[in-house]
Parts: sequence; C-alpha cells; structure tokens
Amino acid sequence: MCRLAMKTANQPFSPYDILQAMEAMQEGYDGSGLGLLLRGVEFTDFNYESGSPILSGIAHTRDAMHRLNKFMQSKGFVLKYDHEFDVDLSRIEASDRFKYFVQVYKLPEAWDTLSDEEVEEQLTLTRLAIRKDGEEHGGDLTVFSFWPDVIMIKEVGWPLQVGNALGLDSGRIKSRICMAQGRQNTNYGINLYACHPFFIQGIGTMTNGENTAFVPIKDWLTGRHYPAYIGYQSDSEVFTHILHYVTKKLKLPLEAYKHVITPLKTEELNNHPQGDFLIGLRNSCRRLIIDGPNCVMGSLPDETCILVMDAKKLRPATIGGKPGEWAMASEMCGVDAMIPDRDRTLDFQPMREHTVVVPPERQEFKIWSQFDPFPLPQAA
Amino acid sequence: MVSIRSIPSTPGSLSVRDMPWIVEHNESRCTLCGRCTSVCPTGAIKLQYMRKRMPKMVLNASERGNTFKIFVGIRQRTDVEHRCIGCGMCASVCPNQAINPVFNPIIDRLRFQSTKGGNAVKRGGRRNVPGPNLLDRIIFDRISMLTDPALDAGRHEFELNTLLGRVLPPEEYLKRKLSGQWIPPVREVFPFIIGSMSFGALSPNMWLGLLQGVAYCNEVLGIPVVMATGEGGCPPWVLKSKFLKYIILQIASGYFGWDEIIRAIPEMKCDPAAIEIKYGQGAKPGDGGLLMWFKVSKLIARLRGVPEGVDLPSPPVHQTLYSIEESVMKMIQTMSMAWDFRVPVYPKISGSTSAKAVLNNLVRNPYAAGLLIDGVDGGTGAAYNVSMDAMGHPIASNLRECYLDLCAQGRQNEIPLFAAGGVGKNGNVTQNGMALIMLGASGVHMGKYIMQAAAGCLGSENNRCNVCNIGICPKGITSQNPKLYRRLDPDKVAERVVETFKAIRTEMKKIMAPLGRSQSLPIGMSDAIGIEDKAVAERLQIKYIC
Repeated sequence: MCRLAMKTANQPFSPYDILQAMEAMQEGYDGSGLGLLLRGVEFTDFNYESGSPILSGIAHTRDAMHRLNKFMQSKGFVLKYDHEFDVDLSRIEASDRFKYFVQVYKLPEAWDTLSDEEVEEQLTLTRLAIRKDGEEHGGDLTVFSFWPDVIMIKEVGWPLQVGNALGLDSGRIKSRICMAQGRQNTNYGINLYACHPFFIQGIGTMTNGENTAFVPIKDWLTGRHYPAYIGYQSDSEVFTHILHYVTKKLKLPLEAYKHVITPLKTEELNNHPQGDFLIGLRNSCRRLIIDGPNCVMGSLPDETCILVMDAKKLRPATIGGKPGEWAMASEMCGVDAMIPDRDRTLDFQPMREHTVVVPPERQEFKIWSQFDPFPLPQAA
Repeated sequence: MVSIRSIPSTPGSLSVRDMPWIVEHNESRCTLCGRCTSVCPTGAIKLQYMRKRMPKMVLNASERGNTFKIFVGIRQRTDVEHRCIGCGMCASVCPNQAINPVFNPIIDRLRFQSTKGGNAVKRGGRRNVPGPNLLDRIIFDRISMLTDPALDAGRHEFELNTLLGRVLPPEEYLKRKLSGQWIPPVREVFPFIIGSMSFGALSPNMWLGLLQGVAYCNEVLGIPVVMATGEGGCPPWVLKSKFLKYIILQIASGYFGWDEIIRAIPEMKCDPAAIEIKYGQGAKPGDGGLLMWFKVSKLIARLRGVPEGVDLPSPPVHQTLYSIEESVMKMIQTMSMAWDFRVPVYPKISGSTSAKAVLNNLVRNPYAAGLLIDGVDGGTGAAYNVSMDAMGHPIASNLRECYLDLCAQGRQNEIPLFAAGGVGKNGNVTQNGMALIMLGASGVHMGKYIMQAAAGCLGSENNRCNVCNIGICPKGITSQNPKLYRRLDPDKVAERVVETFKAIRTEMKKIMAPLGRSQSLPIGMSDAIGIEDKAVAERLQIKYIC
C-alpha cells in the first residue's frame, strides 16, 4: 500500500526530513519507488524568484538532454538556473538515467501579452510537448512538471536510498510544502509517470488505496478532450484531474471537490440546506464519483493543502502539528516523525464527510463537513 | 388419379411422434378424474372411449382366445389447432403423476403443417434459442484482493440506483442553475425495470399484482422500482392515484389508451416516472404492436377506445413520423410539454445497426431523456414467427457500440442508455443485467423474467407454451378471460415481485462487493468483465480470458 507523507510549514525545510518520515512508516510499504512534490521552493545556489517556471524531469540519454535544451530554446525560454544534483547514479536501481533536471526558466518574451490563464495553458502544452517528444523517442525523456514554484522528482527504489543517491540531504533545495509517496504503481506495471504525486496546472495530489471506479472516470475525463487529461497509467491520476476539473474548469470552490468525488446520499441531501443544487451537481458529475478505499492529499498553487477521505473510510490518515507547521500522513508514526513536538491530542483523523484544509497562512487547519452549507450562495 | 380415401392419410396428417411435445400418459396410475383434460389450454388431450384386447388362456378350440373391452382413456390430438404446447398444466393438476408432456427432440413435422389456411404462424413469448446466451458467458473477473479490500455485501452500504432522464454536462448545469433556467427532470430509479407489457397483453390480475409489488418495493423496502405500461393505456384509477409515479407510460404507434391518459392529466396526483415512446421492439423490429382479437375484452376495448373482439395491429411506424429529427421534435417535445417539462421522455427502439444514428440525433436534442434499446432476445405478446426468429440485433454489441460512441463524445453521462432483450432469459437476471451495466447500460428492462419469476409463466426457449397471443394463457397471466385470469392471485404475484427484487438487490451487492464498488452503480466498468471468446471480447472491447 502507498505510504503518504506531506508537510507544510512557513519555514522552508529539506525534503530529506520527509523521506525520514517515510522511513518511519516503512513497515507498510514495499519501497518500490519515490514520488516527491516540492512547492514554494528555495535553492541555496540560486536566488529563485517566485513565478518563474521550473521544469523537472529525467533525461535518460545525452541526446534527450540536447533535444530538450534545443526545444526550450526554440520556444523562446531562457534558462536561468540548471540545478545540478549531487547525484550518485550507482545507488539508483535503474541504469538509464543521464540527468535529473530541475531547470528554472524565464518565460518567452512573446508571452508577455498573454493573460495569466493563457500562460498557464501554454506552460501545460509545453510540458505535454516534451512528454510526447520523449515518448516518441522510446521514452528517453520524462517530464513531471513545468510550473512556477514546483519541483517534482520520481524514481524507482527505496525512498531514502533515492534521496541519498540524489544528495537531497545536502539541503540545497528546500520548500514550504513537500509531498512524498513511497511506492511505484506495481498494480499496472512500473512506469515513472504512474508514480504519485500527480500534477496538473499547479494542482498536485497523491493517494493511498485503489480507486475501483477508475475506468469509467478515466473514460469520462478523456471525453473532455482536454489535452492534459492524458496518462492514466495509475488509477490515482484521476483524483488530481478531478480536482483540476472542479476548481479550474468548473471554477467551483474547493469544498465542491468532496461533493463531486463522494457525494452524499439522496436522503442526506434531501435534508441539506443546498440539497437541490447538490443533487444536480451529483447527477452532472456522476461519472466522477470515486470508489475507494482512498485517502487523498493535495496542495494547490496558493499553498493551501487538503486532505479528504473516500466515503467508505477504509484508509487511515492523520493530520497534526502546530501553528505554522502541519503534517499529514497515512500513518500516525509518519506525523510523529515529521512534527514530534506537537500536542498529539489535537491530531485529527478525518471521517467520510470531512475535508481538512490547511490555508496558506498555516495558523490552523479547518475541518469542513459535507453536511455544512456549501459556500456558493448564489447557486444554492 | 383419384386418391385412395380408405387410407386416412393426407399431406397434413400427423402422428403423435410428429408433434413437438408428446404427452406421456400412464394409464395404470390414471384415475380418470378429468382434471388434465379440463385444464389443457389447447384441448390437446381428450378423454376417449377405446377398445383393448384382453388375452385369455383357452383350452377349448371352439372358443376365441381373446376378448375385447371398452374403456375410457386419454389420447393426444395431433391436429395443428389442438397441438400440445408443452405447458405442463396437465402434470401440475394431476393428483397421481400420471401424465406429463415430454419434449420431442426429433424435428417435429408439425412446423411444416402449421400454415393451414395460408396463415403464417404467430406466437407470443420468446425467440426460442435455448442454451446460454452471450450475457450468461460474461464473468466478473476484477476481484479486489490485496490492493484494495473487497467489501462486505451484507454489511456495507451500497448505492445501487441509476438515473433516468437527461443529465446536463456540469458546465451547463452550473450555468442554468445560476441563471434559474430549466433543468431537465431526472429520476433516481432501481436499475432493473419491469419492461413494457401492456394492459391488454397482461391480464387485469397480473397487472394489479405487478403494481402492488412495485408499490411495496418503493414504499416499504425503499427499492425505487418502476414499471412500464406498454401500449394500451393505463386504468383510470391508476392514472389518478399516487402510484402513477412508479409507472412509465408508453405511447406507441397505435396510440391506444392515450385519450384516457390525456384526459386524466388534470386529475393526476403526481407525475408518471417517465414517458416511453415506442418506435420499435426487439422481438419484432419494424413491426407494430399486436393485440389479437381473442384478448380484446370489454374492459380492454373500453380502455383502448375500440370495439370488442377485433384485432388491434398497431402500425409499424408512428403515422406522424417522417424523419428522426421530426419525430424527436414533435413527439418528445410534445410529450414533455404535456407535463410541463417535468417528466423525462425517451424513445424505445429495436436493436438495430441504425441505433447509433438514432442515438446521435438524441444527443443533439435537449429534451431526449435517454434511449432504450431492445435486443433480439426480447419477448412479445404476439408476433409472426419469422419476425421473432429472424429479425433484430443482439443487445450486447448494439449497446456497447452506442456507449463507446457516447464516450468518444464525452456524453456518456448525459443520455442514459437502457438495455433490454433477453435479460434473465436463463434465470441469471442479475448477472445479465450487471454485465450490460458494465458494458455501458444505465439500467435494464426485463419482461419475460418478471412473468416467469412473479407469476410462474410456463414459457421456455423450447417453444413451451408461448401462446400469449391467443388469450389462453393457462396461468392467467396474458389472458383476458376471467375464467383463466382468476387462477392468478394478485397478492401472490405482488409477493413474488417483492421477493424477486429483494433477491436482485442482494445479488447486485454480491457482484459489486468483490469488485470493490459500492459508491455508485458501475456503469461502463468494462475492466471488471471478461469472456472466454476472443472474437466477442474484441468486438465488445473487453478482456479475453481463458
């Protein structure tokens, strides 16, 4: 089963801290892989200005690296920083790794006239073009994200060993949010793209458990014909895309996510203050109802973090911490490892109706229940 | 040349061995009570005087060795009209197990002689293809093991209901909701629906029993079962009752019964579940409904607004129909308007290679609430043999094609597809229905299964009984003759309806739980099914397993 660890703090921290928390939860996973998402990043070697897009991925050959650089140049991107990991390839299980790239770019001048939304769209299309290029060349180029403030690393192997191999303990990269997951998707065959967290336009989520409604959801999302709704090497990728669809496409508040993936029953909605609206929403988004057991942890571009459970609540998840610093993990010992000096009595394990939200200021976490009024007064 | 009249054999002469069913009668057990002959719906057996030889030992040469005795016995008739239909009523009423019809495995000669008078053969019932059908062969193979725990069918909660009605895409829904525009009506119903069987095709007692059972399922058990009327209207007391909300009213090309329905609208206490516009039927595609004169009783005549005792053949198409566009515009919108756009209106068509064309037209019509496709294995009250046997399209591939077409357009949640035609024909109703749901159906309609399960219909795929067309149903299910339908106790039918749906509900959970599904009906969950037939797997785009 996937083990999840996520920390959000006002003071940037090393992802290695989180890998140590993963180690605390090691009894429960097979150590088949690592997925990391860092948000709100800082480099010791470079003064990163928030807003510049960061490209993360793996070039498996020298040729692929050259192609990538050429491609980015041709699009008008200017390379501002190319992070060199203190990498020890001998400690990586896979043999076809040429370079782990984390590159900060300046946007092409031609984009100056574009609106924010258009820039987001173009960044996504650029990432997809790189991904396609890699796939057309025998998978020699893997790209995980191309987005401001976000770095993603995915690799096969025992999480802590991957961290050691990439020299993450050096503290040269730090972030205010770190999401980590410790398993390759062994259900559907090893594929770097199949490893959580998943990322789309600033939205990242990771999941434990299995989504048995995967195929109907995938079929529906694919039917949107949105270029970035591709992949689906893992049944968990749909959670990220649903969150994207709800917040970015439908432009609904974050709370709607829970009503879409795990709507209340008809008899419950009949007594809900906005039951009429929510029944209609449930019907329209019916193909996005997940069927867990799952726990979903996610982070948004404004550094809001969320934690939700599926309706069956057969998976564990705990949030704990203190003002300015919160940790979520699939196991309690993971929270202990990330923030040991906290008041444990204030830890919270969400139930089927809950969405836990840690706002960007990180002073407290909010527990929102589906039975509470839905914050869309006009609609209701 | 003049034929020899002294030998009683004509081209149409048949012997007992030429009949599809042979009545085996054990004279040593028979007490000549006469129950079998009185109950036989076709009069295939008769009490008859017969003579038998009584051998006796004779020592005296002047005396004959045998004597003959006259006795009363039972004989099977061998003419077409009085053929044994294998219903087995004789066996069920016999107090001594002295009589039983046995299926004749040799190709009967009756079939070559049954066009007497130049009339092509008609029957009711089914297509008569025995053995497992394609749906029976689909198995559910995506079992939750260690990656996600299987659920407990007995203890977990399951969402089993489906939606009947046009569902807007999320963007459109939000836009309309925020601006207070019309949202199409949607009903939450149980995915196993009692398919359209008309008041006319069914006896009053059968209809009452079904309705009672459906009401009990809804109001006591909380299973939102709905039933469709078929063509021929609906009794006025039902139209004006609170039970109307469990009923899908059908309008078909004969428009029988619609005067009563339209007149009752101002007095209706609630809206019907939906309106089904029948354009075709799986059992007899391209043919209209047919109620033969035997069944047009005084009550039926009044309901349908026709004279008593005349054949009621509905035209093959709606008289106003010029094209699909016109049909959708005229009929669906008119029916929607009649109930002030509060009732879902959807068409029912025969399984056909043209189903996709119909579907694509409906997708573009904002008032179309769904599509029901009735496959070749569907049943009927009356049809020509040739229509039932040779016309139509199997449901599985027809439905699957339509569903995948909707997926390609991203519209699979907007137009619910309902499938019918052979669901449960071999008794595996839940398995058949769930297989269709995983192929993309939002729900299934079942007719024959309900008649068999709830009322003890005797029909089988070996052409057993199948005389629904001529009003002699020995169980009283499809007869308008009070002497026959009084055999059927509506309360007992209702009880069986309830038992049937309770069992289906349990079996649905027993299928969904191991698949790890409980939060929504697994519509289109094609990764969960497989079949041991490569060609079928390829056609349906599901897994080939062996």
